[in-house]
Amino acid sequence: MTVQEKPLPVRTVPARTRSRGFAFTPTVVVYLALAVLLVVGSVLVALRGGVLLDQAGLLNIFTRATALGLVAIGQTIVILAGSLDLSVAYLVGLTSLVAAETMAGQAGMIVPGVLLALAVAAVVGLVNGLVITVLRANAFIATLGVALVLRGYLEHNYTGPAGEVPRTFQHLGYDRVGPVPVAALLMLGIAAMCWWLLTRSRPGYHLYAVGGDLEVARLSGVRTRRTIVTAHVLCSVAAGLAGIYLASRLGSGAPYVGTDAGFDLESIAAVVLGGTLLAGGRGGVVGTIGGVFILATLDTVFDDLAVDPFFKDVVRGVVLVTAVALYARRTVRRQS
Amino acid sequence: MSFRPRLAEGTAPVLVVLVVLLVGLAIAGPAYSSPEGYLALLKRAAPLMILAIGQYFVIVSGGFDLSVGALVTAGVVIAARLIDGEDSATAWVILLVLAFGLLVGLVNGLVTTVLLVPSFIVTLGMLLVLDGAVFLWTGGAPRGALSPGFREFGRGAVDVPLLGEVPWSVLILLAILAAAVLFMRGGTGRALVAVGDNEQAVRLSGGRVNRLRLLAFVLSGLLAAVAAILLGGFAGVSAQVGAGLEFRAITAVVLGGVLLGGGRGSVVAATAGALSLEALFTLLNLLGVAGALESAVQGVIIIGAVAYASLGVGLRHRFTRTTTKQPATASG
Amino acid sequence: MTPTRILTAMAAVAALVLAACSSELPEENAPGGDTSTGEAAKSEFFDQAEYERQLAFRDAKPEGPADRPWEQMLEPELVDTAQYAKPGGNYTICFSNAAVDNPWRQVGFKTMQREVELHPEITEFTVLDAEAKDDKQISDIQSLSGQSCSAIIISPNTTATLTPAVEAACDTGVPVIVFDRGVNTDCPVTFIHPIGGFAFGADGAEFLTEQVQPGGKILALRILPGVDVLEQRWAAANEIFGESELDVVGVEFTDGDAAKTKSIVADYLQREGEIDGVWMDAGATAVAAVEAFQDAGVEVPAFVGEDQQDFLRLWVDEDLTAVAPTYPTYQWRTPIIAALRILKGEQVPSEWVLPQPRITDADVADYVAQDMPPLHYAMCGCEDMPGYPGPWQ
Repeated sequence: MTVQEKPLPVRTVPARTRSRGFAFTPTVVVYLALAVLLVVGSVLVALRGGVLLDQAGLLNIFTRATALGLVAIGQTIVILAGSLDLSVAYLVGLTSLVAAETMAGQAGMIVPGVLLALAVAAVVGLVNGLVITVLRANAFIATLGVALVLRGYLEHNYTGPAGEVPRTFQHLGYDRVGPVPVAALLMLGIAAMCWWLLTRSRPGYHLYAVGGDLEVARLSGVRTRRTIVTAHVLCSVAAGLAGIYLASRLGSGAPYVGTDAGFDLESIAAVVLGGTLLAGGRGGVVGTIGGVFILATLDTVFDDLAVDPFFKDVVRGVVLVTAVALYARRTVRRQS
Repeated sequence: MSFRPRLAEGTAPVLVVLVVLLVGLAIAGPAYSSPEGYLALLKRAAPLMILAIGQYFVIVSGGFDLSVGALVTAGVVIAARLIDGEDSATAWVILLVLAFGLLVGLVNGLVTTVLLVPSFIVTLGMLLVLDGAVFLWTGGAPRGALSPGFREFGRGAVDVPLLGEVPWSVLILLAILAAAVLFMRGGTGRALVAVGDNEQAVRLSGGRVNRLRLLAFVLSGLLAAVAAILLGGFAGVSAQVGAGLEFRAITAVVLGGVLLGGGRGSVVAATAGALSLEALFTLLNLLGVAGALESAVQGVIIIGAVAYASLGVGLRHRFTRTTTKQPATASG
Repeated sequence: MTPTRILTAMAAVAALVLAACSSELPEENAPGGDTSTGEAAKSEFFDQAEYERQLAFRDAKPEGPADRPWEQMLEPELVDTAQYAKPGGNYTICFSNAAVDNPWRQVGFKTMQREVELHPEITEFTVLDAEAKDDKQISDIQSLSGQSCSAIIISPNTTATLTPAVEAACDTGVPVIVFDRGVNTDCPVTFIHPIGGFAFGADGAEFLTEQVQPGGKILALRILPGVDVLEQRWAAANEIFGESELDVVGVEFTDGDAAKTKSIVADYLQREGEIDGVWMDAGATAVAAVEAFQDAGVEVPAFVGEDQQDFLRLWVDEDLTAVAPTYPTYQWRTPIIAALRILKGEQVPSEWVLPQPRITDADVADYVAQDMPPLHYAMCGCEDMPGYPGPWQ
């Protein structure tokens, strides 16, 4: 979480994103783990006489991965920049309400609803970013503060689900191609866009540079404040997309849809599970998507096995710490 | 390189805030014109203040402890099931709860220092594990009951010469605070701050960084167990007694001007931050601010306090031209 | 590759994609009922007609065995279920649970599991727990719709947002049973619930109007805003207090946190000097609220709690002036019973309204069970079940 906790200061090359040749990078490890999990899960479910990866199972995994995936993509961006965002959970609820209330059941209002929700999200991200860069508050406390303000707004103004999305808009949440929901494909598309942005564009290089070492980035001419603010706006917009998706799924906006799902800590968990360094500067959305699918698959396997929900928490906690411990060992070995 | 901890730095603003809040309480509530009212406030705030002291050790050495809320819940639920209303079991269960807190802190610390996992992740994992495991063990809801003896510490009071009736929790708080201040004045306490300020420097000068970090987590776990005993005593068995306390404790510490990322801030200020937070809640309640707006007010005040502290530090730094730390950045 | 080949390949892919395209979106049903907005002065959750209906239910005589209230029904309108009859047993009962995240749901779910064990004709009981997430429950219901369930029982996490998923489940032709919280559709075969939130809130508020002198100060403690069940309880109490001469000095949210409750009550005692009655929308923190009076050295006023053991014990031990409206956990037995009746082709009420008793000074001693956990709900109807009290302890 802190500069001190990094095993060693990251090397001062601003953009080090591509690994040379095949190596057991965290991203590879994540997808290997996902594959192992799918195999083990299938066997366990088969032993109980079920099938994990049938149409319904796949649909389940993809559906579960969609909303968390969107939030986690955004979270990846801010974490890479050396920040983090604890306000996403309330923001998801808020944007679901903005979208659903603007649409108010009319098909003609879909576009304004979506745009307005994204605009609200962008403003919240802007506030997050400005509080961090201009008011110089630590990201943890700044976004926690913004989260509390959002919570106050939601509690003061809403007493439950509100608004209504038109029926045509619900296709976004329910249509699928084979076993894959359209929304999951869109989520993966957004992930691909972010991957391109992060690894192939100048702002992306700057983001890694800022997350790697702020001082060095500044000295090498990166506009660090602007980069951090942009990262927060992108993160909030991603959370806004999750809110819009959930509104389409639920048929209305729901103030606590994000907090009930624990998107704040869950998305951070998915990001670090995907191999992104919590201190920033290293990692990427590809790993995050792997982390999201690991969590979604775990959930589905547990459901099929009828595991006690409290046991799930224990497993999640152990998986999270074990994964990060493995990555940490790798990093140290390489550096020594 | 200097190991001199700046204990006084950043203490003044929170004390000003605290005084303003206390004056506000005196104006808003007739009960706060007498010492008893403030004693009641202190009693109520004691668990959070103790948690803040524990959290301070971890934060000042450069870490986070997100597991304290879950640990408080676990402590209360474990105590209730083991005591099951039997007063004779009180003593050993209290020791066991303290030992459990110590153990959780030890695990947090070991995973952080030996396995090199960021403390945010370790304690987040611990939060999940504790939340799940405790209720797995009790079958979903708390079982058993706390004994009157156990509850005495959070609920009862004791006759102190000159002062009259003083709640146990206030005495325990004062004892812990005094011990913490002495500890922070000593060599180990200074080294702890130094670890948060510049780990490499401590390492190079022969300081045992890992051992100090471990100590911080163990103290945090132990104090969370104390808070569990006081909270369980104050309000009885509940499944969500610790819910959200980790964020509240971190908020309190930050409100006290302690820098997230470590290296700066005093334990007295962190404790004052916790008391301010509790006084703020009480004041908002007395003023009849709608419950829903309470969290919004809280959020604005936190951001304001941190921004004020950081900007102040920034200005000072600009004038003294020392750029050891970048408070502006999110430390990720 | 020639351009034509590429084109052919693309066309083939497009055709495949189109063929595979499908939607999980449930068929559109006619909008059920009007969505009239509440009056501004009252809680938006207040509904005069429903309020009166629930108050009337309290005096109605239930049909069914008096010693088994979970099989009783109030003013039932029986519907024919022959179309769902599936004689022969070997049933797979599926259950989409909103959550098991509080003691009420814990007690209820354990009771339901024991109820399943009572019926050998149920060979499999599949449960998916939504962990209080609407989105997960939608997936859960979809997933159950795709399995070979004999009947699907749903305890919705929220009303509006789960309606489409419930409709989709109904469309599969499997009998759907909804209980606890309702949904905005009448497609389930039966909707099982106790009388409701208005009656719960009114039970407590009426008790206070009887026990507290006119002009007396009432403190209302609520758990959270925005939960429909809880909002209805407060809406009814608010209605009754508004017509009474009682003075509601405060309405506060406790988050279900005992320490916060205690602090709030202590603050009010300081602010108001005295409190003559405490109304609560749920009893989880009732004991903490009582303790705040005890710790302040003040006599405990008239209290509204719930049927949790810790409160009942305190009530008896301290001889409180109290009442405990209940939202009985025995309603978790009913869905299983209803499912079996439906599968046997027996009639069930389209809306199965269960009696909703309240515990008063006269019968509180009967409900105290010293060996049960403090947060156990007394109105579980589980005392006669095999293995009691083991699983509930």
